[in-house]
Amino acid sequence: MQTLKEVPVGSTVTVVKLNGTGALKRRIMDMGITKGTQIYVRKVAPLGDPVEITVRGYELSLRRDDAQMIEVQ
Amino acid sequence: MAVIIALAGNPNSGKTTLFNALTGSNQYVGNWPGVTVEQKGGKLKGQSDVEIMDLPGIYSLSPYTLEEVVARKYLVEERPDAILNIVDGTNLERNLYLSTQLLELGIPVVLAINMMDLVKKNGDEINISKLSKELGCEVVEISALKGTGIKEATDAVVKAAKSGQSQRIVHKFDKTVESALEEIEGMLTGVKEDQKRYFAIKLFEGDEKISEQLKSMPDVSTVVKRVEDAMDDDAESIITNERYTYIASLMSKCYKKVNKGLTVSDRIDRIVTNRILALPIFVVIMFIVYYIAVSTIGTVVTDWTNDVLFGEWIQGGAESLLESVGASDWVISLVVDGILGGIAAPIGFAPQMAIVFFFLSILEDCGYMARVAFIMDRIFRRFGLSGRSFIPFLISSGCGVPGIMSTRTIENEKDRRMTMMTTCSIPCGAKLPVIALIAGYLLDGAWWLAPVMYFVGIAVVVISCIILKKMRAFAGDPAPFVIELPQYHVPSIKGVLMHVWERVWAFLKKAGTILFLCCVVMWFLASFGFSDGAFGLVETEDSLLRYIGGAIAWIFVPLGFGTWQAVASSLSGFVTKEGILSTMGVLAGLGEVEEYELSMHDQFAAFFPTGIAAVSFLIFNLFDSPCLAALSTMAKEIGGRKKFWFAVLFQNVSAYCLALVVYQIGGLILGEVAFGVGTVAAVIVLAGILYLLFRPDPNKKASNIAANAKQAA
Repeated sequence: MQTLKEVPVGSTVTVVKLNGTGALKRRIMDMGITKGTQIYVRKVAPLGDPVEITVRGYELSLRRDDAQMIEVQ
Repeated sequence: MAVIIALAGNPNSGKTTLFNALTGSNQYVGNWPGVTVEQKGGKLKGQSDVEIMDLPGIYSLSPYTLEEVVARKYLVEERPDAILNIVDGTNLERNLYLSTQLLELGIPVVLAINMMDLVKKNGDEINISKLSKELGCEVVEISALKGTGIKEATDAVVKAAKSGQSQRIVHKFDKTVESALEEIEGMLTGVKEDQKRYFAIKLFEGDEKISEQLKSMPDVSTVVKRVEDAMDDDAESIITNERYTYIASLMSKCYKKVNKGLTVSDRIDRIVTNRILALPIFVVIMFIVYYIAVSTIGTVVTDWTNDVLFGEWIQGGAESLLESVGASDWVISLVVDGILGGIAAPIGFAPQMAIVFFFLSILEDCGYMARVAFIMDRIFRRFGLSGRSFIPFLISSGCGVPGIMSTRTIENEKDRRMTMMTTCSIPCGAKLPVIALIAGYLLDGAWWLAPVMYFVGIAVVVISCIILKKMRAFAGDPAPFVIELPQYHVPSIKGVLMHVWERVWAFLKKAGTILFLCCVVMWFLASFGFSDGAFGLVETEDSLLRYIGGAIAWIFVPLGFGTWQAVASSLSGFVTKEGILSTMGVLAGLGEVEEYELSMHDQFAAFFPTGIAAVSFLIFNLFDSPCLAALSTMAKEIGGRKKFWFAVLFQNVSAYCLALVVYQIGGLILGEVAFGVGTVAAVIVLAGILYLLFRPDPNKKASNIAANAKQAA
């Protein structure tokens, strides 16, 4: 299964599953990344991390390590 | 009837602008009880019986961030009469997520959809009446910046508050979840009818902080387990999913987006955080901020306030006035140097603070601050901080006082505290003359000592952060760096100026009073003493400071500068770092000096037995606890006496250890210090530092095990 970490810039994916527990998972979900949500990977920060994505019509930034928790297709 | 209205909403939703518009100048700023989160309240303009309470900007009512916990504690325990929920119309979907949670509290809610001017400009449509019906609360269109719709919103919320009715709950979750919630509601005892749904949902979610608000905790595990098995997910995620599914259905019914590609904000962002251009643009912006706030205007106004306004006019004026009326020496010293000098110290920082906050507030308001964090995160994450810490470190290279104040832009409390503790290790402007002094004495004024000390400062920050991060005080789950990159906005000048005023005033009031007292005490110690068998006004070399310096000099023997002159100079360094220089000048019998002079060489050779001792002296004075002004600021900002003293202890112990290692081991290598007990101690200290630095993170291990156990179960 592919995770959000591996998705190249410029592509749109759909969230299949969220791994992890606790504060981080809750925060990611609170920000609108839930099962079935479309995510557009918009850009990578100049130093290669974090990434910027478009989700539910706004811009969100998260670290690649955290993006690994999000399974997509 | 007096009523209280809570103002709630996401960060970047325009909440502060609305709060300013609602209350005008009738505001007060404080802290929420027991925490460092800022609390703002005020009376509604023109209606003194209506109080507005500004809640922290939050995305959710989860138990995981301090701001969220503070907000929900207030909403559940204090029960305001109504909630005015401000929602960003250009980012409706995510903003409504908090609304769905606020609507469950039983408190009447009025939804104010902000930035309607932008929504309309984009050609998008929000069906207000339909949204109102679907949510079961009143919905009003506003533009906080333009001031439209605010009257309607306040009228609606005041009416709702005075009605005394509780919020109708319209939204229902999935049938399986609803039946479980009903079952849990049945188990609740001693909970008000209209709060039952909130508590039932929190219990269902397994919320770890809810027990603090409930008298008895019913056992809901079997109910939760049943639903979790049926829906194949954990309870917390089930609820979040359900909320967003509900919001998605609202969006399709009430919102029409005209897709016309990139907005202005998108186009700006494409350039500003472009992979190639982002760094050069970032460097230019930071250079401008630093150059204006610290190097040029900042220094000019600070120097003017200190030297001309206070130095010449006020202190100078008072001195000649007192002399003309024939006041005695000690009265003049008390008034001019003690009291007026004490007042001058905090006020001298105010202009620069205002300039720094003017820029920070513009950067925050226009949306660039979040991009700074985005760009710098990779570097700061390495040692346990986030990109948000960049600005405080940058400002601190000019002056630690505004540097510490600027940690306010860091959302996470532990990160903020850690930044505050370490940021003064970056040599500030006042430490430069000290570096130059030692460079002049040892290295014939070599230019490279200053940059070297900056690098040592950065190394000290990095090492301290890594060590601190592994301590229990900073343990716990790392703050998730999942941040919104808000749309770019033109900042409102009025908002920016209000923010600047608030910060400067808070500094003068809180940190200023501590600083004033400390300055007066230090003045006393440095000006009074025994001379010719009588207590009175004396020169520094006979002052109490000299005796204190002498009494504690033995502590500094292992660092190589156990002479009372060097120790007394370090003590005056606690007042201001440039004070080290002037005290050394006085003690060398040369009076006030501005820089190193060749004539000081012989005296210095007496202060410092060896060259490496002078280096050790420099290291200790650069990295020990900062000057009184910075300490007072930290005392006020860090949130608690215990945390403050821990920080002071940490700073001084680490400076001591560093100086010890440099003196003993460096001296041994250079052949200036003989092998002895000190060398052994230094090696042990060095080994200890290396251990603390490289040991596996004990907290991480524990939390990993916990996480694995949870997953296995």
